[in-house]
Amino acid sequence: MLVSNIEIIPGRRVVKHLGMAQGNTVRAKHAGKDLLASLKNIVGGELKGYTELLQEARDEAVQRMVAQAEAMGANAVINVRFSTSSVSAGAAELFAYGTAVVLE
Amino acid sequence: MEFLVFLSLLTIGYLFGRMAEQRHFASIRERETEYRDVLAFSARFPPPTTDRIDAVLVDGNVVVAVDYFKMTAAALRNLLGGRVTSFETLIERARREAILRMKANAQAQGATQIFNVKLETSSIGQGASGQSFSVEVYAYGTALVPAKAA
Repeated sequence: MLVSNIEIIPGRRVVKHLGMAQGNTVRAKHAGKDLLASLKNIVGGELKGYTELLQEARDEAVQRMVAQAEAMGANAVINVRFSTSSVSAGAAELFAYGTAVVLE
Repeated sequence: MEFLVFLSLLTIGYLFGRMAEQRHFASIRERETEYRDVLAFSARFPPPTTDRIDAVLVDGNVVVAVDYFKMTAAALRNLLGGRVTSFETLIERARREAILRMKANAQAQGATQIFNVKLETSSIGQGASGQSFSVEVYAYGTALVPAKAA
């Protein structure tokens, strides 16, 4: 499965357009990590725990999008975009969407 | 007593935050030189080419927290208006770091060009108090990886 955020893949032709594929996940913060983060908020710096958490969540959103595209019979998802929104205090939604296509 | 706690938090925040920021900027500059060969474009379409290439999604993200001093400085700024310099540098750090991580990811796969680079910034507030603030920057784009000979 090819996943890309450009619309035209060099050297490949879109033979079939299958519509939008999307995947999302909502994650809450781990209380322990949160405590560490609040300490970090005194001295500043990178919150490694959050960086990993968000990356993990994003990977899952992409996986879900890919699974949906596969179910549609696609072999690629192009023009992929990401979006993040905080649903409630302490929880964030990661959303990935793109166009499912069949590439030659 | 409470004022003393506040003052010491402020001092700790100022000293450690400043140190961390300077170290981070030094590291960013160093790695920007290191990844100079990896070009990131915001152009949507890669130039036409006859080379066989694979398009691979590459990304990088980082969450950076403010320190207590920056927080206080920003709160004071909020009264007067104007530039919140302490947050400007924080977000700049996060952006440059996220782009660097994306570039590192691309280079690891043998790519030298990344197209359609997008940056997404989101603020992660904490708790109901809203007393702390951290920002996440996510950079993503499509790396053009030379196709392996089949």
